[in-house]
Amino acid sequence: MKTPDVSVSLDNKKLQLAIYSATARLGERRRENLTPDFEDLRQHAHDIKKHTLNHLDYYLEQLEKNVEARGGKVIWAKDGAEACAFVQKLSKDKGVKVIVKSKSMTTEEIHLNEHLEEDGVEAVETDLGEYILQLSGEKPFHIIAPALHKTIGDVSDIFEEHLHSKPETTPEALTKIARIALREKFLEAGMGISGANFLVADSGAIVLVENEGNARLSSSAPKIHVAVAGIEKVIPRAQDLGVFLKLLGRSATGQPLSVYTSFLAGAKREGEPDGPEEFYLVLLDNGRTKLLADESKRQSLYCIRCGACLNHCPVYRKIGGYNYPWVYSGPIGKILTPQFMGIEHDPWLPFASSLCGACGEVCPVKIEIPRILLELRADKVKAGGDRTEKLAFQMFAWVMSHPKFYARMASMALSAPMPRKDSFFAIGPLKNWLSQRDLPVPPAKSFREMWKERRSEHT
Amino acid sequence: MVRVSLFVTCVIDQVFPQVGMAMADVLERAGCEVEFREAQTCCGQPAFNSGYRDEARTVAEHFLKTFEGTEHIVVPSGSCCSMISHHFADLLPGDKRVHDLEPRVWEFSQFLVDFLKVDDVGAKFDGLVTYHDSCHALRELKIKDGPRRLLGNVRGLRLAEMEPAEECCGFGGTFAVKFPEISGGMVRTKIEAIEKTGASTVVSIDSSCLMQIQGALSRAGSKIRTMHLAEVLASK
Repeated sequence: MKTPDVSVSLDNKKLQLAIYSATARLGERRRENLTPDFEDLRQHAHDIKKHTLNHLDYYLEQLEKNVEARGGKVIWAKDGAEACAFVQKLSKDKGVKVIVKSKSMTTEEIHLNEHLEEDGVEAVETDLGEYILQLSGEKPFHIIAPALHKTIGDVSDIFEEHLHSKPETTPEALTKIARIALREKFLEAGMGISGANFLVADSGAIVLVENEGNARLSSSAPKIHVAVAGIEKVIPRAQDLGVFLKLLGRSATGQPLSVYTSFLAGAKREGEPDGPEEFYLVLLDNGRTKLLADESKRQSLYCIRCGACLNHCPVYRKIGGYNYPWVYSGPIGKILTPQFMGIEHDPWLPFASSLCGACGEVCPVKIEIPRILLELRADKVKAGGDRTEKLAFQMFAWVMSHPKFYARMASMALSAPMPRKDSFFAIGPLKNWLSQRDLPVPPAKSFREMWKERRSEHT
Repeated sequence: MVRVSLFVTCVIDQVFPQVGMAMADVLERAGCEVEFREAQTCCGQPAFNSGYRDEARTVAEHFLKTFEGTEHIVVPSGSCCSMISHHFADLLPGDKRVHDLEPRVWEFSQFLVDFLKVDDVGAKFDGLVTYHDSCHALRELKIKDGPRRLLGNVRGLRLAEMEPAEECCGFGGTFAVKFPEISGGMVRTKIEAIEKTGASTVVSIDSSCLMQIQGALSRAGSKIRTMHLAEVLASK
């Protein structure tokens, strides 16, 4: 099984420090601000998601009805191509040249910006982290903190190069530069595009959770607001937000509540002073119904994209966000990617985990990520491919169910010469072990031999 | 008298037999009647975690047969214990033998503290020690305080907590050899945390974590040594 070369990330001391300190800070704030009823709350959130996804058809239709009753329009997109085509056509029909976007992993998933660019439409990311990365031509490194790997110096350099600003040394000064540049875009934009953290079926509303106010501005200043959201984002009732909002901010950034929580229902109505004149909600499938069909792994769709599993994952904290093959990184990416793309796409992915379980422990909707990783590993084995490994495990099973043979093999293995340090003779798994660490000194006797002697001494 | 059947695990049988002997000593001193069934081999976790469920099931079946009729099964590993008490059911759903087995399988420290209600075994060990939480013990078996209480009552032993204590050592079974660079990076981070405590000994209830930590300590030329909890508790 081919595995990616992660040494670029591991050997970069500056990057390691950036990832480690940022994720540690997020994790610490999370712990400080968790409510004492976290376990009950996350079970409750899990149950709501479970119920909703088990009745997804019902809630989506209810959502559509209520969005349209408020003057919005719902577009069903079976894949990324359909979703992009809709937005492209709409901007063309309305003569939109500039679009302001607030942070959305869903639009990253379908490469919306690239599609708009082909049409000559400028889509500007307005979340500070996303904006930095858009200027430097990079992708999000983390689900909620896209530019987590960038230092203040890096950002200053990027701004200097692309915005011709003077070098700055504080986040405040850098934010001001971005703010001035982005203000113009907000005023120019004919359309605003956002994702959605929640789609509220009983209210026909979308909920946006953010800290910078750019999502609120993107969704209210331009004449047209388009929200692109996965179908799994629906929740039944506005009152369910009491559960999810309590969990989301705390799990993501350790904030009891994010700075802005916007509850947006439809377009501007008569007599209202602000808001978009037109509102469109694009409901995206793009493989989600395939996940829905698999009952044992369906809960992968419960994810509310808080990023807590990334911050607590010792693997993510080593390799960072760019060694994962798709937009979703970290533990959640490890279970989503093979299910969306097919297990053959990146078969190594579910194996790149020590199964430590930290992700499952912090997940605010209690997705059993470790269990799903194990199931995906079994799926990979079922799909076949690695004959040598298969044979090795068949032999393992045979030996381990034939105790006499096992004992004889074991005593032979103990007396076999074994390189304990890095050596020319080491191959395969042994070589890989020795590339990082030494082997223990083999004992003179196995436990079963020692036990036999002890028993004969006792009698 | 409490009858205990040891499942020493293949790693301890083959690589760290002194841990199994220490566990037997401690249990006998605590008044248990200890047996070792020679037909035992492995819990099947390497196959299960690698996705080879049919092969893992064969090994699980062998385990069930071997331990038929036992009263309590005590295991010197949180990970192997969890394989039996939590994951056999994934391999053999609805199997009555598995259902009956679950409450009888104990990780060693859990058996002492939760079943025998013993948190002082009368051991003596001089030195500053730090305790490594192994992931499956911590997160699947919810073991956190028991080993610390046991260590806290060892005469002469001082316990220093590492920060962070709950982060994985990077072993993860085949993960250690499938992704050696990541695993190596993880254990080096662990070692930094261990070194900061000033402890001369790292204690855990899982020998495979200790094999990883010891191997990396040795590679780094460190003098810090590793010990299984059973070995500390058997010290006099």
